[in-house]
Amino acid sequence: MADPAHFTDLAMEHMPSLYSAALRMTRNPADAEDLVQETYLRAFRGFGGFEEGTNLKAWLYRILTNTFINRYRAKKRRPEETDFDDVEDFYLYKRMGGLEEARQSRSAEDELMDLFPEAEVKGAVESLPENFRLPVLLADVEGFSYKEIAEILDIPIGTVMSRLHRGRKALQKALYEFAAERGLAPEEPATSG
Amino acid sequence: MDELKPDCAESLKELYAFLDGELTGDRRTHIKAHLDECLPCYEAFDFEAELRIVVSTRCREEVPEALRARVADALKKLGEPGPS
Repeated sequence: MADPAHFTDLAMEHMPSLYSAALRMTRNPADAEDLVQETYLRAFRGFGGFEEGTNLKAWLYRILTNTFINRYRAKKRRPEETDFDDVEDFYLYKRMGGLEEARQSRSAEDELMDLFPEAEVKGAVESLPENFRLPVLLADVEGFSYKEIAEILDIPIGTVMSRLHRGRKALQKALYEFAAERGLAPEEPATSG
Repeated sequence: MDELKPDCAESLKELYAFLDGELTGDRRTHIKAHLDECLPCYEAFDFEAELRIVVSTRCREEVPEALRARVADALKKLGEPGPS
């Protein structure tokens, strides 16, 4: 049984990460702020049920995603979602691999940073259908394990893996399309044989 | 990535599980050994790993000071012993 007096001390440090996720979920700052505030209030009230010593960040994320799903998702009806089966694996690498090493003097990571500025990356993540956006955020931005993601989203691990696989392909396709719009991506790769 | 040797195909299949830190010791060691000797696979893994750093870095946000204050304030009020 956790002591509510400790809650603020322990939980406030996770706010940057929760707020970043909330922004990608709601896609606008006002809703993101409300979502974070509501998450903290709910977490405070439920803190007695939190087992101290277990993963507080994952517990807070579970409240964040539940609150988001219950409160904000109902706002808009989504059209039937695609499964991205037609997007090939390693979509981006097949088109842009090696490009990031074009200039030897800089690190490959710096080159990729140049190719994908902040607005484009955020836009690409936010363009993903929610089913795929949440697992990708939790894994690739927050570094949660498959098991933690399964618990946060309340879905089986196999579903986590399959949504991550599809979500990552879709993210790469969206990133490629942003780069192509700015004329930074090469044309579709030549298909050999 | 056109002509894949069986070892390459197997490694690429587990690329994300590897980067996600979800492989057990044996599988991990096996793939690491393959990456040490196979440049094309190493480059593919490296690209995906770096892309992930770019995505997570780009998605980091500053918390607005007003939000921090608002939440701290609300929590303080909730924590105050009130008439119950």
